[in-house]
Amino acid sequence: MTTALYDLPGPRARRRHRYYGLGSTAVLLALLAWILSLLFRTHQFTAAKWTPFTYEGIQYLLLAGLGNTLRAFGLAAVLSLALGAVLAAGRLSVHRPLRWACTLLVEFFRAMPVLVMIFFIYVALKRAPLTALVTGLTLYNGSVLAEVFRTGIDSVERGQGEAAYALGLRKTQVMTYVLVPQAVRAMLPAIISQLVVALKDTSLGFLITYEEFLHAGKLIASNLDYDLPFIPVVMVVSPVYIGMCMLLSWLAHWVAERQRRNPKVETEGVAAPEPGTPLPGDHRARG
Amino acid sequence: MNVLLDNLSLYGKGLLGTVELTVYASLLALVLGFAMAAFRVAPVGSLRIFGTVWVTVLRNTPLTLLFFAVLLGLPRFGLVLPFQLFAVLALGCYTSAFICEVVRSGINTVPAGQGEAARSLGMTFPQTLGLVVLPQAFRSVIPPIGSTLIALAKNSAIAGSFSVVELLGVYKPLNERGYGIVWSFVWIAVGYLLVTLTISALFHALEQRYGVVR
Repeated sequence: MTTALYDLPGPRARRRHRYYGLGSTAVLLALLAWILSLLFRTHQFTAAKWTPFTYEGIQYLLLAGLGNTLRAFGLAAVLSLALGAVLAAGRLSVHRPLRWACTLLVEFFRAMPVLVMIFFIYVALKRAPLTALVTGLTLYNGSVLAEVFRTGIDSVERGQGEAAYALGLRKTQVMTYVLVPQAVRAMLPAIISQLVVALKDTSLGFLITYEEFLHAGKLIASNLDYDLPFIPVVMVVSPVYIGMCMLLSWLAHWVAERQRRNPKVETEGVAAPEPGTPLPGDHRARG
Repeated sequence: MNVLLDNLSLYGKGLLGTVELTVYASLLALVLGFAMAAFRVAPVGSLRIFGTVWVTVLRNTPLTLLFFAVLLGLPRFGLVLPFQLFAVLALGCYTSAFICEVVRSGINTVPAGQGEAARSLGMTFPQTLGLVVLPQAFRSVIPPIGSTLIALAKNSAIAGSFSVVELLGVYKPLNERGYGIVWSFVWIAVGYLLVTLTISALFHALEQRYGVVR
């Protein structure tokens, strides 16, 4: 937090801030109360809408959905890490055609909406929803991770690679023994942050009828027997999704904090590349 | 090529839908994002907490879930608006969290001396932030804001699955008319590239005009 923006408040300013604080708290509480009253007025807390969640079948349906979400996430995470490593190795290669090809692939897949890829595989290539989802996520996140890996390797001090070459190591040895172990420490937080994106994007499977968590929620929400419990479903589903993503984000933050205090990490942390086409003038910033 | 020429109006409508969604949602995201960033550095505790909660929750919400909740959920409260407006709301709120973080880290790149100088001139907090710090922060956040808005343009594809007219949704009528599905997707991809490259070029120009090398 920037404290340079305002002076240490004196007694009058403190009183003024307290009034502002009280005022804004009142406004926020009023907003909350209004939302709650809206929920009550539209009968969202009636027993009919909440009893379905006590049925074992419904709980099983939700758990199965959650399992499918986690399966898609696990597959996509492992595959995109592998693809990212391959593409990054290609972009760092000494062979120019290979470098160009990998650059083209990475830039293309990062510029495409991940949903277009998923729909293309699902509709045009007629694959199963899980295959389409995992492939789409892998192509996109793999390309972004390739950029993370590449900037991570580039952020290792030049002298390290040069010293290794001077000792007579071959280029593969330089990479595996010297550059990668040092780079991994710096880019671990960025990798985990990208995995959060992958986890969030598994919910796109909902749009191609992959039976994941949100799909299970939709099934329950559109059931007339339970009085269409749409809002209760949202109230149950979103904390789970948000909780999972927050846990992973928090892990990334924790790792980053740990690395910052770790004297073994010499390179500065690698920022996660923005999820988009890099701007033309942006390349120097990425190094 | 025939797919594009035969259905130019269909593609045009889709592209226009995507552009409209992107522009409106960008404006909403920028306004909300700047406001939230101001909240997060404000000396008032409850506003800081509100900003933090807003950013933390929205950044960790899958956009599909947000669309699901907003487009299908809000009508249950008797709030019936056009789907496009709902989509703009969902996209704008989601992206505002990312804009807020970008702006906040931009504020942190402004040297502390600037804020101190403004204060020593007797400026109040809104004056310090609005006249001195934010204009300088704005210059250093142009590229990351560009990337965030490009992500927004790409995310707008989700709206197509919630019956909003946009580019990705174009494949459906084309499929029914029996056109080659691969080619219709190729032109959709070209359309998205057009949008993202335009934003990229626009922000590149802004960067050239206003950007500062620190």
